[in-house]
Amino acid sequence: MTNTASDTKTARRPSQFRLVMTRLLRKKSVLICGTLLLLSVLCALVPGLVAPQDPYDQSLLLRLKPPSFMEGGREGYFLGTDHLGRDILSRIIYGARITLLVSLLAVAVSSAMGIAAGVVAGYYGGRTDAVILRLIDMQLSFPVILLVIAVVAVVGPSLTNLIIIMGLSGWPRMARIVRGAVLSVRGLEYVDAARAIGAGSMRIMAYHIMPNILSAIVVYASFELARMILLEATLSFLGLGVQPPTPTWGGMISDGRNYISLSPWVSLFPGLAIGIVILTFNILGDELRDALDPQLNHE
Amino acid sequence: MLRYTVRRIILTIPVILGILVISFMLTRLSGDPTDLILPPDAPDSAREAFRRVNGLDQPLISQFFTFAINIFRGDFGNSLRFHEPALSLVMERMGATLELAIAAMTIAILVGIPTGVVAAYMRNTPVDISVRGVSLLGQAMPSFYLGILSIIIFAVWLRWFPSGGRGTWLHLVLPATTLSFQLVALIARVTRSCMLDVLGQDYIRTARAKGLSERRVVWLHALRNAFIPVLTVIGLQVGFLLGGVIVTETVFSWPGVGRLAVQAIYARDFPVVQTVVFLFAMIFVIVNLIVDLLYAAIDPRIGYR
Repeated sequence: MTNTASDTKTARRPSQFRLVMTRLLRKKSVLICGTLLLLSVLCALVPGLVAPQDPYDQSLLLRLKPPSFMEGGREGYFLGTDHLGRDILSRIIYGARITLLVSLLAVAVSSAMGIAAGVVAGYYGGRTDAVILRLIDMQLSFPVILLVIAVVAVVGPSLTNLIIIMGLSGWPRMARIVRGAVLSVRGLEYVDAARAIGAGSMRIMAYHIMPNILSAIVVYASFELARMILLEATLSFLGLGVQPPTPTWGGMISDGRNYISLSPWVSLFPGLAIGIVILTFNILGDELRDALDPQLNHE
Repeated sequence: MLRYTVRRIILTIPVILGILVISFMLTRLSGDPTDLILPPDAPDSAREAFRRVNGLDQPLISQFFTFAINIFRGDFGNSLRFHEPALSLVMERMGATLELAIAAMTIAILVGIPTGVVAAYMRNTPVDISVRGVSLLGQAMPSFYLGILSIIIFAVWLRWFPSGGRGTWLHLVLPATTLSFQLVALIARVTRSCMLDVLGQDYIRTARAKGLSERRVVWLHALRNAFIPVLTVIGLQVGFLLGGVIVTETVFSWPGVGRLAVQAIYARDFPVVQTVVFLFAMIFVIVNLIVDLLYAAIDPRIGYR
């Protein structure tokens, strides 16, 4: 009897999650990007443990010192200092917190709105679908950055405002993706079966459709996260992000603009941080898409 | 085709209405526009007078209609900073912005399409892989950062080009290249994937079978057929360009509409901000309309959908 039970256990198919994870972890690019991602999350969660200096500590004697590996650099200031003598590495580490927090929450806002709108449009179809599609088209017809800049300028660049406005800027794309995914599963037999046993619309959308379009949502959200990081950096660069002295990567690049000719490191390193994080999310998104759908050729 | 054109034009009406509403709402978002425009220590009597003169004491809906009618008359109000009509301020700088945008688009097309064709033809060779690598990098780098990098390298270290301002064609090189970088990456990627589709088609095999030279097959037969989707992508990127000029002009101190918009935002000069938002959105809508109609003219199947 025990024998049969253990046989059943070994014969069980591995879960979808485990399959995807095995496929993902086999790739070198995923391992590298995953490590980088963990590192930036660690910086965002406990910057005090990772940063070598206080990011707000100013010292006129230490103004614009080059990185410690260059001539004239100071011990303990690995990436050099900015125009107020603050440690650039520590500010990049603390900056990860704002960048990731704002971008993650903005993606959460845009995903919540986009998923709701997309599921409703795809599931009900007809006039509801037409109205939501028209709204999507209308918002997509604006140059997003200009609109976000203008609205932030009017309502003020507080953390909450930034998250809401950036989130609002992203919902139409998510809605479009979700709507498409819902349309592809709406007519499938298991949805009919759920309806036949008396499940209501809300139940079908939440328990039967959502789990089956989740992978499309996760993949898109990872690309959207990269886009939001870019948007946050741009806003900070223009002086419309989280305000100084709080370190933000875009703000640090902007601070360094006046010292480009003699101290290029002030702008150089925060920009590299942005590039690496965005690249990480884009590559992970690509790999995740391939792992979820290995049959598809994504040329 | 005529029915499609009419339907497509009718569909832009709600979008234009939406643009009007959003432009109008911009100064109402924080409540009373008087607070935005008058200094915080302005006396109550001045606030009252301002509201009366600008019709802010009227109901919101009638304020909106006045706003919409004024806009269609070309009256966007006066700049609070320069005390000149906002529209003429914007139009004065439109030439510089168009110059930058057209230069960037030209670079993007001239570099992006051949790169995509070569990458598709030499698929999975080091050439293709490096094109894909650069295009991935292009998506990851914020344009303002690319701009600053190019200033460090080409203006400060090599001293090949000026670091900012407008004047000779040399001034145009760095900002236009920066603005075009992400577009080049996108156009190359789209061209590559469309070419890959086309290169597998029967008519390409036929062209090769009848003894045409490889160059003729790729650049004439294949590219012509891959071109339609690429054209659409190019058209749709006008919005990206309009957003991009805001940042690029700021980095390179290019005296265009984007820089004016950012300065107007800092100075809380809302009539100018409103004008730029409205005009950019309108340009975007009109270009999208033209692209859609062109697309339908090139590919008749679309009109019958």
